[in-house]
Amino acid sequence: MGRYIARRLLIAIPTLIVISFVIFAILDLAPGDPTASLPLTVPPDVREQIRVTLGFNDPFLIRWVKWMRQMFVFEPLNVIEQVFNVSIGEGAERTRIISWSSRGPVVDTIIERLPQTLWVLGLAFVFGILIAIPVGVISAYKQYSIFDNVGTFVSMIGYSVPTFFTGLLAIVIFSVWLGWFPSFYDTTHQVTDWPSFVIQVKQIAMPVAVLSLFNAAALSRFTRSSMLDNLSKDYVRTARSKGLVENRVLIIHVLRNSLIPVVTLIALQIPGIFAGAIITEQIFRINGIGHLLISAIQGADVPMVQTLTFIFAVLIVTFNLIADVIYGFLDPRIRYE
Amino acid sequence: MVATQPLPPEAPSHLDVTGAKHRSMWGDVWRQFRRHKGAVGGLLVLSVIVIGCFFGPMVYPNDPFAINTSITNQPPSAKFPFGTDNLGRDVLARVMIGGRISLAVGMTAMSLGVLIGTTVGILAGFFPKLDGWLMRATDMFLALPILPLLLVIIMLFRDTLRNAFGPEVGVFLLVVFIIGITSWMQTARIVRGEVLALKGQEFVVAAESIGTRKRNIIMRHIFPNVLSPVMVAAALGVAVAIITESALSFLGLGFPSDFPTWGRLLFDAKDFINLTPMRVIWPGVLISLTVISVNFLGDGLRDALDPTLRSK
Amino acid sequence: MNKQRWLALFAVMAIILAACGSATEDTTTTAASGATTTTAATTDTTAAPESDAGQGGTLTLLQWQAPTALNPYLSGGTKELLASSLIIEPLAEFSPEGELVPALAAEIPTPENGGIPDDLMSVTWTLKSGVLWSDGTPLTAEDVVFTYEYCIEEATGCTQSSLYDGISSVEAVDELTVKINFEAPTPFPYSAFVSYQAPIIQKAQFEGCVGAASQGCTEQNFGPIGTGPYMVTEFRTNDTALYSFNPNYRGASEGKPYFGEIVLKGGGDAEASARSVLVLGEADYGWNLQVDPVVLADMEATGIGALQTSFASNVERIMINQTNPDAGLGDDRSEWNEGTNPHPFLTNSDIVRALSLAINRQELTDIGYGAGGAPTCNVWPAPPAASTNNDECLTQDIDAANALLDSVGAVDSNGDGVREYEGTPLRMLFQTSTNAVRQTVQELLKSYWQAIGVEVELKNVDASVFFGGDPASPDTYQKFYADIQMYTNGSGSVDPQGYMGNWVTSQIAQRENNWGGQNIQRFQSDEYDALQAELAQTADLGRRSELVIQMNDMLVQSGSIIPLIWRGSVSAFANTLTGVGGLNAWDSEYWNIEDWARS
Repeated sequence: MGRYIARRLLIAIPTLIVISFVIFAILDLAPGDPTASLPLTVPPDVREQIRVTLGFNDPFLIRWVKWMRQMFVFEPLNVIEQVFNVSIGEGAERTRIISWSSRGPVVDTIIERLPQTLWVLGLAFVFGILIAIPVGVISAYKQYSIFDNVGTFVSMIGYSVPTFFTGLLAIVIFSVWLGWFPSFYDTTHQVTDWPSFVIQVKQIAMPVAVLSLFNAAALSRFTRSSMLDNLSKDYVRTARSKGLVENRVLIIHVLRNSLIPVVTLIALQIPGIFAGAIITEQIFRINGIGHLLISAIQGADVPMVQTLTFIFAVLIVTFNLIADVIYGFLDPRIRYE
Repeated sequence: MVATQPLPPEAPSHLDVTGAKHRSMWGDVWRQFRRHKGAVGGLLVLSVIVIGCFFGPMVYPNDPFAINTSITNQPPSAKFPFGTDNLGRDVLARVMIGGRISLAVGMTAMSLGVLIGTTVGILAGFFPKLDGWLMRATDMFLALPILPLLLVIIMLFRDTLRNAFGPEVGVFLLVVFIIGITSWMQTARIVRGEVLALKGQEFVVAAESIGTRKRNIIMRHIFPNVLSPVMVAAALGVAVAIITESALSFLGLGFPSDFPTWGRLLFDAKDFINLTPMRVIWPGVLISLTVISVNFLGDGLRDALDPTLRSK
Repeated sequence: MNKQRWLALFAVMAIILAACGSATEDTTTTAASGATTTTAATTDTTAAPESDAGQGGTLTLLQWQAPTALNPYLSGGTKELLASSLIIEPLAEFSPEGELVPALAAEIPTPENGGIPDDLMSVTWTLKSGVLWSDGTPLTAEDVVFTYEYCIEEATGCTQSSLYDGISSVEAVDELTVKINFEAPTPFPYSAFVSYQAPIIQKAQFEGCVGAASQGCTEQNFGPIGTGPYMVTEFRTNDTALYSFNPNYRGASEGKPYFGEIVLKGGGDAEASARSVLVLGEADYGWNLQVDPVVLADMEATGIGALQTSFASNVERIMINQTNPDAGLGDDRSEWNEGTNPHPFLTNSDIVRALSLAINRQELTDIGYGAGGAPTCNVWPAPPAASTNNDECLTQDIDAANALLDSVGAVDSNGDGVREYEGTPLRMLFQTSTNAVRQTVQELLKSYWQAIGVEVELKNVDASVFFGGDPASPDTYQKFYADIQMYTNGSGSVDPQGYMGNWVTSQIAQRENNWGGQNIQRFQSDEYDALQAELAQTADLGRRSELVIQMNDMLVQSGSIIPLIWRGSVSAFANTLTGVGGLNAWDSEYWNIEDWARS
């Protein structure tokens, strides 16, 4: 198992480096200019000075090397220092990736925003799985029953209706008409006691519900079809003929084998899930990294966009890695490939 | 030359043994497809939407672009079945025109994605030398944060392409191209798997052993047999492309404001959701209906093309 | 089940959990450390006098475009200026009526009180005595001098440095007196250190941030120490700023400010902000509500909040290229070339007047701007220097426009529906930035002009490119490779002198100055240059207004600018707020936030 994980890790690193180059190169073609968002009253010579101070006029390769160093060496060190409260080497001399719009370090802003995104995504994912797997299993087991037909239809709708439409409807119904939930997400809200916990639940309810519905729909479809494949296999007949309790057959044998392709499909869905998060944050005004990305793109804040896109890539690669590990855990054959 | 007709190798074993009437493969597929209620419903709904969008504007009198400030924000009426928007434009006419663009984007982007995916899949599956590289590239594309990159690319190249091809064609090409080029990976993987399985089959080995050229083997034996997974992938690809396009437009980074697509119409209407809620509902429902229909269609196709199910 | 495998799975889960855990922990530490840096400064203050300041609870402000930093000198957007105006203050502010009101200064220097000498070569400000920074140290003239030095240092990248143009030196005469010396006579010396664009920053805090170091001073840029009613307790860029009242504020003994805490929230869009204030009552104030007028009116009808509008000098206008933008001219397109490259028909003022007459400005306003706009025919729309001589354009008159075109011989001789003038068909390329409202206005203008036989081709360019000023791009508004273009501009100051100075000959944007001039439409008139020179020498306010009106009329009547809409800002206030007064368009909308209270 250890070797298997190590091998997957080794593949992940070059992938990330290639991705970082692709991202940097694409963004370098940008017509973006650090002074573009400044008001018209700012005279051209002042604009030129700002460009120089931000290192905008350096040649491409120099900027890439600088960025790579900041991204892979300096910023991780800074994060480690902050987390463990230690200092490593000359912390002050490490240049940081500076945003064109806030003039503050990009990574600090991202760290501020990451928790909201991970909370919403994580909860939606957990709820999605909790709903999807039972639904998928029962649907498959009772194929063509009313439960199956309704479940299949509902999951098809949940899977097909875009989140920006369901989100919009949710806001109008629950926030504007019924007034149950706030229309803004307060990122500074801190959970200290029961009432503040209720507030937190209220403000996170709608985005999580919308995303969970979408995740659950996709997952239950996968689970159902994978279960159906396995239910007709010979080993199930064998298990039953041995006289095993039906629940045991279903859960230990069929479900476990059915989850193998489901895990692969989940891994393939991960970029889609992050894309869903970007849209959900935009609709529900959650100041997470998706929202940050959109505002950075609109403000032509190239360093921010570069770093964020790369962070998305890191997150996707990480989750793929986790999926690989779970996959290896579920299917011993894969580890010895 | 063997088998000029693209029969899947399993097909003969399932041929009807009771009846004397000849049954073609596509006939079987259609028979099976008809049994899938969802798929038939999807086909019907989709046909209505497509016909409505492409032929509707020819018979419908109202101009989707005519601004008339005296009839703004009208509710649905006999003259304006879907109402009017804040500039007094007819919403039904705009939804139809927008549908044309959304559907065209979906179809074209899907074709591009399927073309790339099938090519990569066949090459990787058939030529072991290319396999490693192509699959690594596929994995890398799968790890790319697609939506952020799409947004970034659109931001970067929108104006360049607008200048080169004009506002309509330029943005259309850009959106189609980037959706296509980022949605081929699943197809490639599925096709590669199929090709690997096919390569071991007797009829391919036989063709190889009598010295058939590789190109002919691919075109005559491999390609027809991977057609069914490709068709399923194509159906699902249309759904993905339509959703992606509307998501981009919804974020305000797809088609420009003077260029209605369903996503753009939804985006423009969302501020007016209290005033004229139907303006939000129409494009939203149409996107959803189209995607549901296409997905059902894909499900039905998959079942119909699966010979093990068909024999039942 | 293999135990090892379970363990491995557990390990993975633990890592994920740890990663999530540390991420949240991490933010709290940064937030806490940010808070301590700012609050530590205030804890050791000499016991503030007993007062009921800060007893009013929390005030929630919505700025859907969130501030990216709190240093107004590094980010020149209104959103940053506003957010920092709660903390740091200038010497004097402008009232909603455009009048100067002392802030940190004891009084406004005038020739009468001896603050401005007869030669107009300097201005002397006296600070209020006893003003403390929020860390308890006294404000001195040195801080003012430092602010000047900070901003004029080129490497700082100060976005407001133009406010300090024309100053030869700033000196601290004594603890509380500052003298600004000018390079030339300056009749209106109130741009440096005046208004929320040029507040005073603390020398002790920013000393290490002059020059290139400014970019790295995140702590300072996100949490300046100020003299104003509030101080930052937490700042999240592009998201939220939290403030608490400043116990060292000079009004604290009078119970000011009323609110103890302010939450300034960003994110979302204008429509959502408006709804939060006007319908849901989630916030007390919503800024810059560029929302369809019908939607706003519908929201306001809920009755829990009200809209306020204010107008400064911003005008949405069409610039008329006075030079020939024909692509066939190569590098010479849209080049002034000492007047040798005139536009084939747009230099004819009657043609432009006809174009202007054909416009229904009221319809444009209703469709695109609502309460946030008013039709105007002037480049300088704000009283007292607003002209009334061009008001004929306020009513659309297609017949008069047609007659005018006929009279100058611009007739449709070949029957294609487009008039020709001296053999050139009246076809124009019309560019503007990409923006839903502008594209709608473009469409409407196109339809008006079709009615008078003038054809336009519409083009829109992404705002970041159009206003980006990249000398390599052909699509910037400065290059003006089009016949006409539309955008908004206005004066940053109450005084029109600097703004009117945009259209002198030396400001013509051209290859020679890398398109850096402000005279975008390449307008040239010796008479105008002379008037501008006179304005720069005139101190009498009445005479200054006369001159501005004269110059405004020249710009409009020469047919180089078609003003369309006087644009104001629209904000929403909860009905429970009191003490807000009129909305301020000339200075920060929070200029009097210490007076805001809740009923």
